[in-house]
Formats: sequence, structure tokens, C-alpha cells
Amino acid sequence: MKRGLGHRVRELRVTLWTLIVPPSVWAAHFLFCYLWVAVSCAKTGGFERFPIAFVIGTLGALAIIAASGAIAWAQAKTPGDPPPHDEGTDIDRTRFLAKSTLLLAALSFVGVLFTAAPALMLTDCR
Amino acid sequence: MSLHAQDDPALREAQEDRLRAVWKPPEGLFLRWTDTNNNRVGVWYVLTAFGFMLFAGVLALIMRAQLAAPGNDLVNASTFNQLFTLHGSMMMFLFAVPMFEAVSIILLPQLLGARDLPFPRLSAFGYWSFLIGGVFVAGSIFFDAAPDGGWFMYPPFTTRTDLSGLGADIWMLGLSFIEVSSVAAAVELIVGVLKCRPPGMRLNLMPLYAWYILVVAVMILFAFPPLIAGDLLFEMERLLGWPFFDAAKGGDPILWQHLFWIFGHPEVYIVFLPSIALFAMLIPTFAQRPLVGYPWIVLAAVGTAFLSFGLWVHHMFATGLPKISLAFFSAASEAVAIPTAVQIFAFIATLWAGRVVWSTPLLYAVGSVAIFVIGGLTGVMVAIAPFDWQAHDTYFIVAHLHYVLIGGTLLPLFGGLYYYWPLITGKKLSDRIGRTAFWVLFAGANLTFFPMHLSGLMGMPRRVFTYPAELGIGNLNLASTVGSYLFAFGVLLVCVDLALSPRRAKSPRNPWNAGTLEWLAHPDDEDWGIRSVPLIESRYPIWEQKDFVQKVDEGRFFLPDAEEGRRETIVTSVIDARPVQVLRLGAPSAVPMMTAIALGSVFILTTYHLYTLALVGAAATLALVLYWLWTGTAEIPEKEEKPIGHGMVMPLYISGGSATGWWAMFITMLADATAFSGLVFGYYFFWTVRPEFPPTGPGFDGPGVLWPMVALALTAASWGATVAARETHARGGVGTARILLAFGVVASLAAIPAGLAGPWLSGMAPKLHVYPAIVWTLAIWTVAHSGVGAIAQGYALARSIAGRMTPRYDADVRNVTVFMHFMLFTAVVTYLTIGLFPEAS
Repeated sequence: MKRGLGHRVRELRVTLWTLIVPPSVWAAHFLFCYLWVAVSCAKTGGFERFPIAFVIGTLGALAIIAASGAIAWAQAKTPGDPPPHDEGTDIDRTRFLAKSTLLLAALSFVGVLFTAAPALMLTDCR
Repeated sequence: MSLHAQDDPALREAQEDRLRAVWKPPEGLFLRWTDTNNNRVGVWYVLTAFGFMLFAGVLALIMRAQLAAPGNDLVNASTFNQLFTLHGSMMMFLFAVPMFEAVSIILLPQLLGARDLPFPRLSAFGYWSFLIGGVFVAGSIFFDAAPDGGWFMYPPFTTRTDLSGLGADIWMLGLSFIEVSSVAAAVELIVGVLKCRPPGMRLNLMPLYAWYILVVAVMILFAFPPLIAGDLLFEMERLLGWPFFDAAKGGDPILWQHLFWIFGHPEVYIVFLPSIALFAMLIPTFAQRPLVGYPWIVLAAVGTAFLSFGLWVHHMFATGLPKISLAFFSAASEAVAIPTAVQIFAFIATLWAGRVVWSTPLLYAVGSVAIFVIGGLTGVMVAIAPFDWQAHDTYFIVAHLHYVLIGGTLLPLFGGLYYYWPLITGKKLSDRIGRTAFWVLFAGANLTFFPMHLSGLMGMPRRVFTYPAELGIGNLNLASTVGSYLFAFGVLLVCVDLALSPRRAKSPRNPWNAGTLEWLAHPDDEDWGIRSVPLIESRYPIWEQKDFVQKVDEGRFFLPDAEEGRRETIVTSVIDARPVQVLRLGAPSAVPMMTAIALGSVFILTTYHLYTLALVGAAATLALVLYWLWTGTAEIPEKEEKPIGHGMVMPLYISGGSATGWWAMFITMLADATAFSGLVFGYYFFWTVRPEFPPTGPGFDGPGVLWPMVALALTAASWGATVAARETHARGGVGTARILLAFGVVASLAAIPAGLAGPWLSGMAPKLHVYPAIVWTLAIWTVAHSGVGAIAQGYALARSIAGRMTPRYDADVRNVTVFMHFMLFTAVVTYLTIGLFPEAS
């Protein structure tokens, strides 16, 4: 069963678009947070602490990034020839894109945590 | 042809003669300037940008002379304002960004084993635009008319015509023109990297320089257009009195700061990443081993690109935004240190693992990293808002940004100069002069800018033409001044070294023993770019592929001939670089230069309020662009396909998603849509900051719902007709397609008055308040696109009638459809915003 899942994950197509999923999620989350407090502070002079949309949005962003990273992890570990994986083959190209996606997922995960941190600390619009 | 055929020296010679004839540069006093080959245009571009750098450097030396002693009166305050504004603006817009484009235009085809970039005439157009706009902006200082509002031109001082002169217009219009050429270069470079790689060069084998260039060009697409939108609003305020940044009439100067820094911060990475990309090429060469951590470098480039768009407010920490907003941007500013550090560690690891050759270029690379790291560390300091409030607008910031830019852009470029000079000229520069210059530059940079940290912390403000002796910063400033002249001496040494180059002997081919494709270049350079387009199986083909150089030279790879006397290169697929087409490239032509002159006249004449003449210039630009497209693009080839060697046969014409023209249209429209979102951001920004927006009261009627909806329906009909035309045309229904296109033209034209009717019939007065002004702006932007849409649809119709577009050769209608997709998006957002949003709020 587990093996089957890993196999199916490795069958997923890898493109330049899948590469930028994790940082795009970071960007969307960042924009959402910024617009939320900017509009809320300008219109009401304050912001609700931990509104449901913020909590779900942050956890959702982290979940998508983690899932993207997990898929990339499985793909980067596609079994086959020995390292270094730097040849002009289908499998090495997939490994490369997957590994880059995995690294971007790690960076984006940290990035989302960084963005969410101020909302944990700060309480008003001053 | 088989491998066997290339064994015949006579055949090879005949092929070389044909290639040489096809790629022969035009000659003659005027005609030589009509060349479009990347090796010429790129060199002009580099020399021009270098010249602007020297000019802007001299401006800085005058400033440092003024600041050498307290109470100095070498220049007055007004001149000083012009000096620092022009120094900053030129270094950014006329040196750093164009230099990256210029270097890439030279290097990229070599790195990708292509004969040229996909749109050589577009490169030439970009160059001439840059030259005209640059001379216009730089020359203004000789007439005491240079911009004087700082390189960021903050309103309201700069938008009030009673407080600022022509300089502000020169800045806005001159630099907007150059931004157009930057977007053109971005289109060229993105399509070049994605579509013109040699067969077999999959994404994971691409030289890292190409990765960086791809990332940076995409950043330009999203960073420059918001500034173009801001420029538009700015000039509407200056020329027409529409109060976008005037707080008394509902506007807000902070909007400009947002639009400027959404451009301005990514800009820092736009100039930094290409210089770091040079390291990614030269460090493996001098470590004599592949770069450690290839995917990590890609992470660094892509990660930095994304994060850099979440940093812009850290330039606005002192504007009174809510602290929590500042904190978001502060967090992102700290996060960007991660990918930046990753690439530096990858370089260190490569040097550690290799057998280092201590060459002059490597000395520059290592030295500039040291300087850059100091700038990076002060960057981490000022990214923390409370520290920034102390340092804001002091010389501490001047020190920080110069450490970043000298370590991150200027010295790496000098390193690249020493590394790539043999590639361009076939000759090495002097190691002795180069090393001496490096140490002078290194000492000069530190002596100039390190004391500024201290003078800044002691309270010296930026952009003030003098300071009192009582402040106790006289000695620090004197040290900075001495350092700046020392630095200038270093630059002079480099110039001397360059000037001596023609007297030196040629160096051997590939003098650094590098492994990447660009070093196939022969010291006795041919203009054809590459003898035959190789099959790539490795990241360092010269090191790792057997007999690689010989095979390329003997034409044993692809496209070793130019049988039909046409300039050609191979187009491949995006991910795996499978060949899909032989692309016929544009030959030398005066049209790009003339188009640049015509477009330049529009911007320059508008600066002097000569609107009628500017309109003539605009009409000339349109006519030239149409002529260019009609004669130079989507040409129906004389035969369906041609052999490229090794039994492979490639089509000469493709259309749709795998064609270069389609990609160029898509990328251009992405930039256009980004500029548009800058304007839409303005509308909602005003809604956010004003308690009542749209305002109520007499004279503040909105455009209503009816006319915006009519305009939207007409635009949607025009879009539908174009999509239907594309589909029926592809199925052979040429007559129906023509009728549909004609209907599309009519619908697009009808959308123009319909789009303007809303604000017009409601009597919205744009000078009165920012609300009518932004509604008019969105409506005008959208109907202007409807006008362009009508021209595009009419163009496709005319091509069909003229027999230049057929169901098999249908690139025109496919590309017009891409435009119309974005047109529909623009219309939906505009008309829903101006028509329905007032109802909702």
C-alpha cells in the first residue's frame, strides 16, 4: 500500500509550475495577512486576534507547502542509478526539479511561520 | 546529412562560407548601426551602460568634494540635489539594470549554443531606446534641468509644479521610456532561456547563469510595471492636475511610495542576482570542478525572487503604517537572508572542494563577497523596524546600500569583465593592472563607505548639501572623500587596462580552461555564434563530453549550414529541450532604430508639453510597429520543413503555445496586466485610506452601472468573436473567421465610447477629487486597450486577406487571441470595479 502511494506520487508530472507552488503559497499568505491588517486597521482601527480565516489560512498554507514538499521528497528519492544525479536523463531532470521544489518548500514553510509570528505577538494597530 | 558527410573538408568549407555570408554584418557609415546580431548590439549596450556608469561616478565625486569639509560651497544646494538624484537614478536605471541586460544579450546565446536570441531586432530596439532615453535624462544636468527629488521622487514636492521644475518630468518620462526597453529585454531573455536552448539541455543541465537570468527577467515583469503605473499617475498629476498624490483632494502621497518600492526593492535583487550569476560561472572554472549544490542555487535564485516582493514596506518603516504591517515586512526581510546566504555557502563549498586557481576574476569575486556580506549584515540590522527608525535617512543607510551595490553588483561586474574579456575580444586583460586595481578599489570602497556608518549614527542626514563643523563629522567625511577618489583611481586603472587591450596579443581559445558552452567562442571570432548547435548531455560539456569542441567546430552537430541563406536557430521545448522548430531570425534592419526614435519622440515631446508633435510621434510609432510586424514576423516559409542533421527534420513554422512569438505575447501581456493591477491597487488603496470612498456630495456622482456593463458586454463579445475566429480558422473556415474578426474590430471600437460614457455622462471632473481621477484613469487604460485590440484584430484580418495567414500558418490570430484574453481580464476588473464597487460599498 505504502509502496503503491510512493509510486503514484512519483508518477505525478513535474514542471516549472509545480516548482513555484510553495513560494506562491507563501506569497498568497503574505498578501492575505498584509491586506487583512491594512484594511482592518484603516477601517476599524483594530484587528481581531486570531480570526478563523487567519488561523485556517495559515494552517492551510503550511499544509499545502508541506504536502508539496512531501511529494517532492518522494520524487527526489526516485530509485535508480547512483548519485550524483546530474545527467541529461528523464529521471535526473525529475529528481532535480523535485529537489529544488523540496528546498523551496522548506524555505516557504519558514517564510509562512515568519509572517504569522507578528500576529501572535502584536495586539493593536499602533 | 550523415556524420560521414561532415568528414569532407570541402563541404565544411562551403558550409562555413554560406554561414559567413548570412551572418555578415552590414557595413557603411550608417548601415553598420542597423546590425541586430547579439554580439554587436550587446557590445554597444555594454559600452553605453559603462559610459553612463562613469558619468554617474563623476557626479558622485563632485558630491564627495562638496562634502569634504563642513560648510563647503563648491556647489549650491540646488545643484547638489540634482547631483544625488541623477547619480542614484543613473546608477540604477542606466547602469545596473541595462548592464545586466547587455551582458546577457552577449552571453546568453553563447551559453545556450544558439546562433542568436529569438528576437534580435527587439534587442536592437531595446538598445536604441536605452541610448536615447539615457542621453535625454543624463544630459539634463548640463541645462540645470536635472531631476532633483531623489531617485525615488517622492511627492508631494515633486508633483507640485510650483515646487519642482522640468526635472521631474524628465525623470518620469525619460525613465518610463527606458523601463519599456527593460521589459523588452525581459521578454527576449525569458523566451531565450526557455525556448532557445540546444537539444538535450534539459532544465537540470542549464548553466546557472541562465537560471538566474530567467528568474531576474521574470522579476522585471512583475517589478517594473507597477512603477510604470505610478509614472502614469504621477505625470497625470503634473501635466493635467489629477490629484492622485494630493491629500487635500483625497489623494495620498503614500500610494507613490508603495508603487515605487514594489518596484524598488525587487530592483535591488534584479541588479544583484545577475552579478552573483557571474560567480556561478567563474567559480567552478577556477575551482576546476562542478559547482556544489546546483539545486540549492536554484532554490536561492527562485526563493530570493519571491521573497523580494514581500520587502517593499521596509523602505517605509518611518511612514506611520501600523506596526503589525511593518512586522510582516520585517519578517520577510529577515527571511530573505536565508536564500542569499545559501548561495554564498555553495560558492565557498565549491572553492573548498576544488583545486583553486587564484586568478584575477576570482580575486574580484571573493573580495566582492566580503564587501557584500558587510552590506548584508547592516541590511539585517535595518530590517528591524526600531533600529531603522534611528538610522532612517542617515548616512548609515548610504553606507549600507553602497556596500550592497558595490559588493553585489559593481565589483562582480568587474570580475566578470576580467573573466569574459577574452570571450569578447580574444585577449586577456593584464593580471598585474587588474590585481592592483582590485586592491585600490577594495581599499577605496571601504575607506569611502565604512566611515559613513559612523557619520550616519552620529546624525548626518542624507541628501543635505553640507553640514556644520559642530556635528563633529568633518574627519569622517574627509576620509570618505579621500576614499571615493581612491576608488575612482581604481576604476581609472581598469579603464587603462581596457584601453591597452588592442595592443595585446590574442590569447589561446578557452584561456581559463572552463567547462561551459560559451567558451567554444574562438579568439578569431565569427559572427555566426556557433558553428553547429550541439547535443548537450552534461552541465560542463567541454570538460565532460568526448571530443566536444572538435565536433562543434566540424559541424557534426545540428544545423551546420545555411542552405537557404537565412539566419536560423533551433527552438526547443521548455522542460526537456527537445527540438521543435528551426526559427528564422530577423536580419539587420533600420526599423528597430527608427521605431525607438519615434517612440522616444513621444516621451521627449510630452516632457516639453508639445502634445501635437507627440501625437505625430505616436502615429509614426504605430505605423513603424505595424510595418515591422507585417514584414518581419510570422513569415510563411518557402517549404514546410528542413533537415538539421542526424536525420532530424524540423518545421520552419509553428504557432500557438510552443512558438516563440506566442510566448513573447504572453509575457508582454503579463507585464501589461501587472501595470494594470498597479492602477487597480490605487483605486482600492484610496478606498482603504479614505473614510468615505467613493465620496458623496454634489459633483461626486459615479459612472453608474449601465455604461460600464455595456462596455464590458462589448469587450466580451469582441473576445468571443476572436476566440471563435481562431477555432473556425484552424478548421479551415477562413471566410467565417474573417467575418468574426471584422465583428471583433467593430465590437472593440464600440467598447471605446461605451467605456468612456460612464464617467463622461456623469460629468466626473478628474481635477476635483481623486475618485473621478482614478475612475477616468481605469476607463482610459481599458479603452486604450480596446483600441489596441481593434488594431490587432484588424491586423489579423488584413493578414488573412493578404494571404499571409492561412489555417496552416495561423500565428497571427493565435497571438491576437492571447492579447484578447488579457483584454477581457482588464475589462472585467475595470468595469466591475468602477461600475459595481460603488454600489457595494
